[in-house]
Amino acid sequence: MSRFTSPLLTVENLTVEFLSDDAPVRAVNAVSFEVSRGETLVILGESGSGKSVSTSTVMDLIDQPPGDIVSGRITFDGVAIGNLRGEPRRLINGRKIAMIFQDPLAYLNPVYTVGRQIIEIFECHGVASGKAAREQAISLLRRVGIPNPETRIDQYPHQFSGGQRQRVMIAMAIALKPDLLIADEPTTALDVSVQAQILDLLRDLQNETGMALILITHDLEVAASMADRVIVMNRGEIVEAGAAKDVFTAPSHAYTKKLISALPHGDAAENSNKRSTTSSEETVLKVEGLTKEYFFSSGMFGKRQSFLAVNDVNFEVKKGETLGIVGESGSGKSSVARMLLRLAEPTSGKAIFAGEDIFSMNQARLLAFRRKVQMVFQDPYGSMNPRMSVHTIISEPWAIHGDILPKAKWKDRVVELLELVGLKPEHADRYPHQFSGGQRQRIAIARALASEPELIVCDEAVSALDVSIQAQVIDLLADLRTRLGLSYIFITHDLPIVRHFADRIIVMKQGEIVEDGTTSAIFGNPSHPYTRSLLEATPVPKWVAAGA
Amino acid sequence: MLSYIGKRASHSVISVIGLLALVFFLTRLTGDPSSLFLPLDSTLEARQAFAKLHGFDQPIHWQFLDYLRDLINLDFGQSVRQNRSAMEIALEAFPQTLKLAFVAMALAFTLALVAGSIAATRPGGLFDRTVSLVSLTGASAPDFWIAIVGILVFAVSFDLLPTSGTGGISYWIMPIFVLALRPFGLLVQVVRGTMLGALSAPYIKTARAKGLHRKEIVFGHALRNSLLPVITVAGDLTAGLVNGAVIVESVFGWPGIGKLMIDAIIQRDFAVVQSTILVTATAIFILNICIDLLYAVLDPRIRY
Repeated sequence: MSRFTSPLLTVENLTVEFLSDDAPVRAVNAVSFEVSRGETLVILGESGSGKSVSTSTVMDLIDQPPGDIVSGRITFDGVAIGNLRGEPRRLINGRKIAMIFQDPLAYLNPVYTVGRQIIEIFECHGVASGKAAREQAISLLRRVGIPNPETRIDQYPHQFSGGQRQRVMIAMAIALKPDLLIADEPTTALDVSVQAQILDLLRDLQNETGMALILITHDLEVAASMADRVIVMNRGEIVEAGAAKDVFTAPSHAYTKKLISALPHGDAAENSNKRSTTSSEETVLKVEGLTKEYFFSSGMFGKRQSFLAVNDVNFEVKKGETLGIVGESGSGKSSVARMLLRLAEPTSGKAIFAGEDIFSMNQARLLAFRRKVQMVFQDPYGSMNPRMSVHTIISEPWAIHGDILPKAKWKDRVVELLELVGLKPEHADRYPHQFSGGQRQRIAIARALASEPELIVCDEAVSALDVSIQAQVIDLLADLRTRLGLSYIFITHDLPIVRHFADRIIVMKQGEIVEDGTTSAIFGNPSHPYTRSLLEATPVPKWVAAGA
Repeated sequence: MLSYIGKRASHSVISVIGLLALVFFLTRLTGDPSSLFLPLDSTLEARQAFAKLHGFDQPIHWQFLDYLRDLINLDFGQSVRQNRSAMEIALEAFPQTLKLAFVAMALAFTLALVAGSIAATRPGGLFDRTVSLVSLTGASAPDFWIAIVGILVFAVSFDLLPTSGTGGISYWIMPIFVLALRPFGLLVQVVRGTMLGALSAPYIKTARAKGLHRKEIVFGHALRNSLLPVITVAGDLTAGLVNGAVIVESVFGWPGIGKLMIDAIIQRDFAVVQSTILVTATAIFILNICIDLLYAVLDPRIRY
């Protein structure tokens, strides 16, 4: 690509370690990359691969100690900036190089208005102040697509939605028209349709200003849709680098191949799908008119208001079938799951499980029911008691339901279950913190299986995991379904995953089902505009879009 | 907002009445005032006349009902010792305590914010360790001991400051220093702790990426976010001081409400004890409401 002349930023042989009680941990090892004006470089890698550390070093955002830059040379616009501190650094950060972060709620100061947080950039770099700065901030907010910027400028971050917060973050980053914008997982916390808008905004801004963009992501589709060039990182090292199309279509390194094969990609999913083959006509769960209304009052003595989180939801789950419930945050999908497990009480509606309405069960019946229906939660870190060993976690259902298994057999069964989910017998004596996220989710599945359930509700069960781990967990769930005849309700915001795995899908929006049908029908011929918009929001590779 | 204040105020009134009832009965457990007020050899008739005059001959629940009726009429009783309105005496002493408390607290608070913040920017550094040592000493040393040693050194040995009483600036120095030391010590620890958390918060990374001045990052962004727990502790400590720094006021002969209270208790001057409690309790309730409102000012996510 000839329009990229000499590189704007060059990072050579960067090695960063973090000091710990034992030996220092090497986060980044001999990493080199460069980016030119107008170019988008995507740094792709799973969590802990060192991608954020590499770019944070460019802006001197690594605290030393515990961080330690062992070696490396960082050149920006012909000047070495690796060792810049204090005033010279201040003239680069925010002005020449800007950064946006993954979680805009945490990365915006909660006690200041967004206006103040934008204006202070103009003021501290001596560009504008007072009324002029405010005017500029308003036009920036308008540019990034915040409606009514004149009034919203005086609001606080918590008064904005997730997508809007990220727009505010972008407004701050582009305030001084930087030459280089580093975006660290800018859309990871956002819904897929919002993600598409944010990525479009970044592309537009880049076209306008000709800035260089470094995009850090673990999301292969986002990477493909944005990248001119890609570097793939694994365990602190660059394992592959090259033009985006080459890397994605003909990966050379084994790790990249593994990553890309894990991508539940478009039509490929139709062929290699993990849908069930054994589903029968026997209905396991039938939900009728499920409704949840929340009441709240605005202010301490404000008027009582209500909000329909779930509105007249009806569906059935058949034995051996996976039902996918898809929707963006706030669509009510998690409320449905919580009610089905009686973790929250419905306002009205029925859920018939084995001929009995879940919502009218007494304590004893409920205990028996809970044995048959299990849940796997989103966060494998928060959903396990850190002080219980894996053995205690998995055997807990047997302690609660005394009739499942005599105590003498617990040990053997724990080992069986661990092997069933692909872990080792010796893992039984360890504690949750000694496992990776994917391993913990396996433990959670083993725990769910311990009570020999008929239905497992997975609420965003793989969302927190890296792609390659996601694929492993999905494979495991599919395999268990075949072997044990389980049914799943699989709740997610991630469309490619359900395409891979669900037999039928319901799409929820604002508490209501807007569309339901078989997976092929939903993906092949979506009838509701919302479903179409969700499908279209899935990013298209840049080289494909450019060719079209 | 106004409704919130109204609700808090009405809750406070209930609490104050409960407190007054408790104080009323507890003070009467300390014994019969006439045995303290009248000469040891006074006659039974004289004692009965004294009790009758002040209503001590009535059954205790009648005394209480009388007291409540008087309260509604804003009659807070007469001081047996000084023979004038007990509330007048309490209100005379209270400003002396308030002045002392607020100067001491303002000093402790300001110094703690600065010292704690700077200590948190370089944890484990020389400044941090020095501040930790000083604040721990300040928080743990008994104030009466510091006060007495202070008098011994600065008033008796070097004759730099007066031993006790009120007057010019020099009379303020030792009481304020002694009063401020403990709040300073505690607050520095709180500021340092919350600042350590705030300085590693994600929004500080944003501030650094924006190229803000270091001073603005530390004091503008981190400190502002650390204030809530600091205000909570500072409010508690201020309540302690407003309550009358009993010991410090006694040691330095400061005519504040703490000294008045302890004197009234020793003398079984019930009306004065009750009035001082009413004044300080009201002040503390007002202080607490102010602190709650301050939360909402400091953190826009808190709304009443």
